[in-house]
Amino acid sequence: MAERKVLLMQGNEACAEGAIAAGLRFFAGYPITPSTEIAEILSERLPQVGGKFIQMEDEIASMAAVVGASLTGTKAMTATSGPGFSLKQENLGFAALTEVPCVVVNVQRMGPSTGLPTSPAQGDLMQARWGTHGDHPIVVLSPGSVAETYTLIIKAFNISERLRVPVIFLMDEVIGHMREKVVIPDPATLAVVDRVRPTCPREQYLPYGAVDGDVPPMADFGSGYRWHVTGLLHGVNGYPIGPGKASEELIVRINRKIERRADELAMYEEVLMDDAEVAIVSFGSTARSAIYAARQLRVAGVKAGVIRIITVWPFPEKVIAKAAGRVRAFVVPEMNLGQLALEVERCAHGGAPVHKLSRVDGELITPTQIVDAVKGV
Amino acid sequence: MSEVVRKYLRADMMPTIWCPGCGHGIIMGAVIRAIDQLGLDQNKTVIVSGIGCASRAPGYMDFDTLHTTHGRALAFATGIKLANPELTVIVLTGDGDAAAIGGNHLIHAARRNIDITTVCFNNSIYGMTSGQYSPMTPKGYSATTAPYGNIDRPFDLCELVKAAGATYVARSTAAHPRALTDLVAKAISHHGFSFVEAISGCPTYFGRKNKIGDAPAMINWMKEHSVPARAVEKLTPEQRAGKFPIGELYVSEEPEYVDEYVNVIIPRAKERAAKAE
Repeated sequence: MAERKVLLMQGNEACAEGAIAAGLRFFAGYPITPSTEIAEILSERLPQVGGKFIQMEDEIASMAAVVGASLTGTKAMTATSGPGFSLKQENLGFAALTEVPCVVVNVQRMGPSTGLPTSPAQGDLMQARWGTHGDHPIVVLSPGSVAETYTLIIKAFNISERLRVPVIFLMDEVIGHMREKVVIPDPATLAVVDRVRPTCPREQYLPYGAVDGDVPPMADFGSGYRWHVTGLLHGVNGYPIGPGKASEELIVRINRKIERRADELAMYEEVLMDDAEVAIVSFGSTARSAIYAARQLRVAGVKAGVIRIITVWPFPEKVIAKAAGRVRAFVVPEMNLGQLALEVERCAHGGAPVHKLSRVDGELITPTQIVDAVKGV
Repeated sequence: MSEVVRKYLRADMMPTIWCPGCGHGIIMGAVIRAIDQLGLDQNKTVIVSGIGCASRAPGYMDFDTLHTTHGRALAFATGIKLANPELTVIVLTGDGDAAAIGGNHLIHAARRNIDITTVCFNNSIYGMTSGQYSPMTPKGYSATTAPYGNIDRPFDLCELVKAAGATYVARSTAAHPRALTDLVAKAISHHGFSFVEAISGCPTYFGRKNKIGDAPAMINWMKEHSVPARAVEKLTPEQRAGKFPIGELYVSEEPEYVDEYVNVIIPRAKERAAKAE
């Protein structure tokens, strides 16, 4: 029987180690607080497992190198924070359009601009969805603990490989820097997914010719398929095309890969929601304060519950819509001026009012603040 | 169609987007002939580019090809080469792509001495966007964004990459296709970061705007303004004015980046991992 391995880990460390367990073998990055430990740890760990680490000249180059490495069939990741995440957006869009699997970790800090580099924030929620130009598919996952960071980053890689889509791993400074107990899962029990490679002869390979308009198989560079990858809109053979039906089909297909799996991808946790009259909707480190607050509120006789969002995008619409018919109010605490609240409002369809609880001073939202906010609705 | 063209070009991608008289086709021809001369494995050769007229070349070439974002070809190529060192990686880029928006990646790829060959199609202008001045537009020349003449000083790209650490540097022109082919072949054979500046002609935007003339006039201009590198020393400063050296400009042997990673980093990492167990 495998020995139970229990470690005290930092969130960024759990991210790095979980990524290796998921099959990560290439990391390109650039130092930036509060994500730097991920690069430091991987510079030590990746060559130990036969992988490669490179510190690139800038954030843009890191994203580019990750896409290049992934094209050779290697699982690849980069990690950054606010300003770096902004710089990565163009090449992130390239990965989304060309359907190159990759994982981008954003350990959120307070912005905009250089902001408060060492302070937590959750202000990149909308950027994570819409940061690059044009209609593009993306999946965004956000862990709520160090232990979950380890297992969720593995899911991030699996989704990225299976759907040929970039996955944003949206941490925040608190989750990144906090230390907690992690029970390391037995590697034999982990589900690790690899992209589907073509098996047909080269002459028949259509790199973007997906069966049933879904996810096409992807050939590794160097495997003899000799295909063309371009950031221009392209036909099923990968060659550039102009305006028209084929262009529309491409954009619709790459977005549909995610849309048609929205329910399956939607991960969330409901705490004390069975009979809740007020739903606190939150994600990341703020959800920890929310859960603590809900328990305190129960003691005080207020029926509060928490919906903790794990898959931020595609947003778990149904759980909010369902709750909207049962609760008398939503309270949405978040370390920004109300980005998650907008989504909750959209999905509640007017079923219950949505109260924002924002904090943008670079400090955590405390359970007391949430208790007070819930009592006030 | 020659055998080389049939073998290495994607006939179904023709015709090219390049204007009549553009020098880029000659340079792409030199690259495939160099690949043929070396007998590279077509399945293990990757061609990477950025954005611009030159960067459309990989689309016409029958290899694994990657047409990336503006200026970033070398950063993508670095990921490919480091992840799979078995692959021969060639970057085709233009003067705007390599020297302006991609300048940082160019000097850092040179600094690392990573085994990638870069061929810069230098036509002294942004052709794709119809004729704005680039960092390679000579001073005093006109462009759509330099209606009063260009006051920017151009780079000497070969000197730049040499100073940054490139270990093979050469220059040729679209008027010297045979010499260019040989230099590209030598650059690809070189183990380390190699750079070939290939002077191209853009009659449509650079030539017309600056009244240099049509495509043959531009080819003649390249012949008249280039001097073999070994002959430059013999010229007086007056004779040298306005001329550029062509041929092999710099060759040296330095440790190559991926080799260093494989030979230095990985054994040390494995040793540390073994100790920890």
